[in-house]
Amino acid sequence: MDGDVSTEAGAAKPSRRGGVPAISCEGVTKRFGSELILDGVSLDLTKGSFTSLVGPSGCGKTTLLRIIAGLEQADSGDLITGDAKSSSPGVRPSLAVVFQQGSLFPWKSVRRNVAFGLELAGVDRGTIAERVDRTLEMVHLTGTAKKFPYQLSGGMQQRVGIARALALDPDILLMDEPFASVDAQTREELHDELLEIWERTRKSVLFVTHSIDEAIVLSDEVVVMGARPGRILRRFDIDLPRPRTEESARILPAFADLHHDIRQLLVSSTVDAFNA
Amino acid sequence: MTKVADEELRVEVTKRSPTAPSSLRRTKNVAPLKWAVRLTAVAVFFVAWQIYASGISPLLLVPPSAILAAAGHMIADGQLGTDTLLSLEAMVTGFGLALLISVPLGLVWARYRVVDWVIQPFVMAIFSTPLIALVPLYVLWFGFGFMAKVAIIGSFSFFPLLLNTYQGAISVDPMYRDVAKAFRATDRQTWRHVVLPSCIPYIAAGINISLGHALTGMIIAEFYTNASGLGGLVLNNADTFQTARMFVPIFVVMALGVLLMSSTRWLKRKIAPWAER
Repeated sequence: MDGDVSTEAGAAKPSRRGGVPAISCEGVTKRFGSELILDGVSLDLTKGSFTSLVGPSGCGKTTLLRIIAGLEQADSGDLITGDAKSSSPGVRPSLAVVFQQGSLFPWKSVRRNVAFGLELAGVDRGTIAERVDRTLEMVHLTGTAKKFPYQLSGGMQQRVGIARALALDPDILLMDEPFASVDAQTREELHDELLEIWERTRKSVLFVTHSIDEAIVLSDEVVVMGARPGRILRRFDIDLPRPRTEESARILPAFADLHHDIRQLLVSSTVDAFNA
Repeated sequence: MTKVADEELRVEVTKRSPTAPSSLRRTKNVAPLKWAVRLTAVAVFFVAWQIYASGISPLLLVPPSAILAAAGHMIADGQLGTDTLLSLEAMVTGFGLALLISVPLGLVWARYRVVDWVIQPFVMAIFSTPLIALVPLYVLWFGFGFMAKVAIIGSFSFFPLLLNTYQGAISVDPMYRDVAKAFRATDRQTWRHVVLPSCIPYIAAGINISLGHALTGMIIAEFYTNASGLGGLVLNNADTFQTARMFVPIFVVMALGVLLMSSTRWLKRKIAPWAER
């Protein structure tokens, strides 16, 4: 179990990690006007595992996440929720989204932002208060409940964004480049914090990023996408030992190997696309 | 010139440095200085006015001292108070009605496409019309009294409020809409939690603009109806060549405007502190 890394190309082996898929996309296609954004993308999100989508801008990774989140409609293809019985809709949504920075409601206090999903679902006040407290504690923000987003740093705002999603206790957490606009040092802190939260909750996570490093540090599996049209190029198993930290992952030789392989793949696909 | 620029630059640089407490003290001193300069400028203005006006006919321009004296008389005999209240009464009623109608209408306009289709040409037409052209019509409809004033003030303040509310409701940050959708908000919940709060800064700005228009409407209404209130005071004193007494209501209106606008700005900072940047 000591940094045994497999960088095998992921031919479409279903449930590679031996788990049930939390959600599956099959042949998802999306066009914006005449441009083909997603070309028949199939993806299994393994239950209880952390999957990252990496790719150049324009590869449709955010569009895929938005389709799964229900924010965008696919032109064709299917979305299959793996474990239908665990999600009684309304009361306990099986999905929650962590957005990019600037998505907190500026007119709501931290507490009310985190309570947002629960309030919509009509959960009673007592449960909301208790759940919000617990979630804020999880992201180390106890004591900022009464503050407003504009009074917080970018990193703290993103932790509130994570708490807002976690408060719903969803089965699946969709994260759309949540750390893209925080500074490098804060980002590393947030990585450690997210890793710690993931260890505690074992949510099924789909994490969209353009940072290879970030994808490797956080994930069990990295799915690399290519652009024009958006498609899945290859899947990488990240068998770095857990529990991880930014530091513990980065010092492993396997980290550098993975980074190299993913980078090579992205570079060659970009060159191919350019030559095509 | 260069010296001042240097000084500012130095303050700017050292403000960031925690090891320079002496310059921090200097930054704090800027506010009193600003006010000292301002008040001096105002004082110079009035002194110059005093000197200049003392040399010309009191029919054309009176010195500030004469205006002050006239104000004293008008306060003492109760006329200023009565007329100010009369004006405010019409102003509050007219503006209040405009607020009560325009904000919900702006929201409905933004909410329903059909309403948008219907309302657009009307709003464009009326907004492009100088509203003062409608004043005789209001007099025909409502006579020379309170109701006519309310109608004039109301229609003067109506459109900035309506347009700002509408603008606020259609320019909600799409990201907030995404959040609402992703968290499965119903349409009604989206309006309550996202659209309405997004509108607050816009409505506050609309109120600020509208108050200015309402004051204009108030004076116009008082000119064209039964010449009462502050506008009536201006008119009647001008007609009788009592220039000093004419200036008093003008200054009252000026003070009202400043007071109303700074208090709405204060209110906006209170209820929508996030929009202050």
